[in-house]
Amino acid sequence: MDPPPGGWKAAASAGSKSAPGPDVPTAPLEALDQLWFQVSGTVCNLRCRHCFISCAPDNHSFWFMTREQVRDALEDSVELGVKEYYFTGGEPFMNHEMEAILADTLELGPATVLTNATLMPRRRARALARLAEDSLYTLEMRVSLDGITREMNDAIRGEGAFDRCVEGTAELVDAGFLPIITCMRSWPEAETEGYLEAFRTLLAGLGYHQPRIKILPPLLIGEEAKRTRGYEDTERITHEMLHGFDLGNLLCSRARLVTARGVQACPILLESPAARLGDTLAEAASKPAPLGESACFTCYLSGSICSNTGSTTGADR
Amino acid sequence: MIAAREQDGDRSETTSAPPLWRPGPFATTEVPEVRKVAAFGGIYSNHRALEVAIADATERGADLLLCLGDLGAFGPHPDRTAEILRQAEIPVVRGNYDDSIARGLDDCQCGYTDPKDNHYARISYDYTLANTSPEHRAWMGSFPDELRFRLGSLEVLAVHGSPRRMNEFLWETTTPTHFLDGLVREADADVVLGTHTGIHWSRPLGPGRWYVNAGALGRPPNDGNPEVWYAMLEEVDGELVHEFIPVSYAVEALANEMADEGLPEEFIETIRTGWWTTCLEVLPGKERSRGRH
Repeated sequence: MDPPPGGWKAAASAGSKSAPGPDVPTAPLEALDQLWFQVSGTVCNLRCRHCFISCAPDNHSFWFMTREQVRDALEDSVELGVKEYYFTGGEPFMNHEMEAILADTLELGPATVLTNATLMPRRRARALARLAEDSLYTLEMRVSLDGITREMNDAIRGEGAFDRCVEGTAELVDAGFLPIITCMRSWPEAETEGYLEAFRTLLAGLGYHQPRIKILPPLLIGEEAKRTRGYEDTERITHEMLHGFDLGNLLCSRARLVTARGVQACPILLESPAARLGDTLAEAASKPAPLGESACFTCYLSGSICSNTGSTTGADR
Repeated sequence: MIAAREQDGDRSETTSAPPLWRPGPFATTEVPEVRKVAAFGGIYSNHRALEVAIADATERGADLLLCLGDLGAFGPHPDRTAEILRQAEIPVVRGNYDDSIARGLDDCQCGYTDPKDNHYARISYDYTLANTSPEHRAWMGSFPDELRFRLGSLEVLAVHGSPRRMNEFLWETTTPTHFLDGLVREADADVVLGTHTGIHWSRPLGPGRWYVNAGALGRPPNDGNPEVWYAMLEEVDGELVHEFIPVSYAVEALANEMADEGLPEEFIETIRTGWWTTCLEVLPGKERSRGRH
């Protein structure tokens, strides 16, 4: 599918600029269970062909969060009763304050880092393991690996990414972590069990014998819209679709994303102006999330795929 | 609700005392005071451990025994567990398993997404549903979502998962203190007592204020020891004093029953070794790294 004039990103932004009208369904925040941080903005050391927010070394549309900015949000989160903290990017370890940020966070609650594990030298893996050991709370490392072979993974994540990710994962395992391996499903769903077995074999070769593997459905926005296809016009949440639907299945009913410049409804909709709910966490927590973006359709079908534990629909596997 | 009436009726025939519990919410002043309470977490059809725990808790002087739900799953002959609880007139809080079995839902509402976990959860659920009598299913449908009672001067709210959600996992290493504090405050209680995770733990939240997870009688807490656990709570000088009590029972007899019923070898291995082999997806990293699988 060819991109429209100006590219998919411009088209997506143009489609999102208008404020949500009365026809756009919304989801109220039931409880702020998950607080997400766009800790490295849109800066990443990789340039993945499926990235839903087109992160790259030269994408500076969202900049790094400072330790101070994260601390401020952490302070607010106590009053708001947050249960879990998630760190994403870009690549979180591009942020040179990441270890200090995690130390601050682990004093308050459990933390999960979504990483490509390509910036994981032994020194860092060991330092993270010490942080985890010193805390009452769990530090989860969630590693993105999009194929069972060098060819399969690097076709999506770029040349050399497979080897570096595998090395970084092995360092994490050696340091005592049980990383959650996440992979975007790029094969027919019926073949998933075979791929899971192949992942288990690959990881066993790294000395990782009790892996947890999380297969995610593709999000048809950003780079992935160019790689495969974008959402159809009919793939939108409507008011009718919400009849009898448990809004608790949607991440935005229990999460917010803090960035270096404002708070968004969820980590997928980083670039959506309509999903920007305020300057502060308290302001964003007080507003319902508009469900007018096309990616909301995947969340509707598959549940909160971004969380460590799956949706209640069981569809994200 | 028929089964609930039957249960109340049975009690009124044998004693003139008011019932120790009733479905909440209700005013605290209406609830009789309890001195010492034994809380049994998920039973998972481990009727042998349940029998030992009831005798043990009674011997230790508990004046209220209560079950925090999830009667079925995992183990053999689910009706035996139901019969023991009814015979002993032990009040039960509704667990997600009880809710599913009572209503004949498609699954146990544990929210697994891993195919392997779902495979074993399916075997366990289908077996339990097929082997629970209609009478016991109706009885399970009468369980309240919460029980509220006074333990000395302390107000205790007993739930299955959390006060806000029956199937919410509250693990020790993924539940912040500030979050628990909010839950207990919102519950307007001093102590919140729950289960659902299968691993016992507790945390102080301030003077006289606690969260206590009773663990499970159904299977060991992934610690390499076949003993299972329950919690005993009492109030002393305005403070909660509690302990987790290990239960030794006839593991081999249960394992043989499970084998005779054709339940998976993986379940039997857990009973025998104390290591969890299935339903691992929901375990946080720290709890998981303490296990073997």
